[in-house]
Amino acid sequence: MLTRRQMLVRSVGTVIGGAGAALLSACDRLSQTTWAPKILGAGETASLAAQRLILTRKSMAEEFNEADRSPEFRSNGTAVPRSSKYAALANGGFSEYRLKVDGLVEQPASLSLAEVQALPSRTQITRHDCVEGWSAIGKWKGARLGALLETVRPKPEARYVVFHCADAMEMDGSSFYYESIDMEDAFHPQTILAYELNDKMLPVANGAPLRVRVERQLGYKMAKYVMRIELVDSYEKIAGGKGGYWEDQGYEWYAGI
Amino acid sequence: MAEVQSSPASPRGDLRGYLYYRHRLPVRIMHWINVIALTILLMSGLNIFNAHPALYWGKSSYNGKPPIVEMRGDEDSDGEPVGVTKIFGHAFHTTGFLGASNNSQGDLVARGFPSWLTIPDDQWLTMARRWHFFFAWLLVINGLCYIGYAIASRHLSRDLAPREGELGTIGQSIVDHVKFKHPTGEAAKHYNVLQKLTYLLVIFVLLPLMIVAGLGMSPGLDALIPGWVDIFGGRQSARTIHFVIAWLIVAFVLVHVFEVIISGLWNNLRSMITGRYRVSTKQKS
Repeated sequence: MLTRRQMLVRSVGTVIGGAGAALLSACDRLSQTTWAPKILGAGETASLAAQRLILTRKSMAEEFNEADRSPEFRSNGTAVPRSSKYAALANGGFSEYRLKVDGLVEQPASLSLAEVQALPSRTQITRHDCVEGWSAIGKWKGARLGALLETVRPKPEARYVVFHCADAMEMDGSSFYYESIDMEDAFHPQTILAYELNDKMLPVANGAPLRVRVERQLGYKMAKYVMRIELVDSYEKIAGGKGGYWEDQGYEWYAGI
Repeated sequence: MAEVQSSPASPRGDLRGYLYYRHRLPVRIMHWINVIALTILLMSGLNIFNAHPALYWGKSSYNGKPPIVEMRGDEDSDGEPVGVTKIFGHAFHTTGFLGASNNSQGDLVARGFPSWLTIPDDQWLTMARRWHFFFAWLLVINGLCYIGYAIASRHLSRDLAPREGELGTIGQSIVDHVKFKHPTGEAAKHYNVLQKLTYLLVIFVLLPLMIVAGLGMSPGLDALIPGWVDIFGGRQSARTIHFVIAWLIVAFVLVHVFEVIISGLWNNLRSMITGRYRVSTKQKS
């Protein structure tokens, strides 16, 4: 027979367990609605506002020593773009590659890899933080995006820099990877179009011939296989309209956290 | 203190005495916000952890050294997932709990922590991040309000700070806790010394350290003062510390709930809901 105390403890256990289970199934059901994730998105908005408030264009990502470098720089996402057009470029050592820069600019341009490499460059040993949680450290050399943008002269209404890439994310060759950053990050001194990793030509697995580095954000912002840079006033009409391939799948546009 | 010690008050004993206003409204509200926020933060955090279920020490994950903790979903000869947890190089089979467990459809899949411990239940990093960052803001705002209130209302100096000479009674307090002896009567109006020190540790050390280690994982905030995250030993160490403190707080909550239950569940629960705690006037020797 149960004592009164045992009954109390059992009923409390049931109440707490029940409340816990109800909370969790509520969380799972809310995740499936369209409105609840939007409310939760207030956290992202607050993070962007707070970071923009305390960080300046001069705030630099940490740079490391040669000894800190990861023995092998991990390749994530696409390792080899599927398209035959890309394969032909890679086979030719990217001699036929042209980086298109267009959109809201005074002087659209089409640059060969050698012309990109002739732009003012920067070399930096930085940490790559994946949204999944891991980090790798590598040495990057690349053309300063700010220097490139100065040559094409952005129009005053240009607000975002969009990177269109060569890697299709669907098996049927559709849905190309793309990303976007704002002018604040585009003109940051550490934002580069990298063509070298660890003193060697950028490998295909890490985004050859050009991969953008946005060192104060997470890895998915740093598009690989960049083919075209487009300046826009809004990214709403591009692909899913959220400003990037992963953003269209629900990830935050601002990936500073 | 010793003269008012007794075994846990019997339900009959609770009927005597008088109601004492022990917890003020702001503290009660902030306490329950913490309960909800910390629960959701833990469980969404475990879903985020599952995106890469391994912990490292240092600035990066790939520095030539193996992870210190790793949960893997390997496959047996039949292609069935096998959960393997490696801690400091020692491998344990943990199928059903860590490394491989059932998803919400009941299929055995490779995943770090099981679905009943994560928000959302299935692996869904984007949604887990939304829950986590929303409630992280709530926890921080709630915590700042609490500290401001605790100082302004003198809750901190009157109720939480150990009184003069009280630290000398820690030994006795530990013995009392081990024997499940709890203050009753007038002494139950105040926190005991071990309770005070534990609350101070959680409020001023563990929670802030967990939050700062969490912020240290942000590549944006790391640029505030380049290299500051190295006070933790690097970003990956900060991630490990964030994880370990989260579980230390779980350990605190388990002990806290245990103490609440054995020292008079309904009386304690009522005092954290209505504020009123029944002080027993019946004293046993």
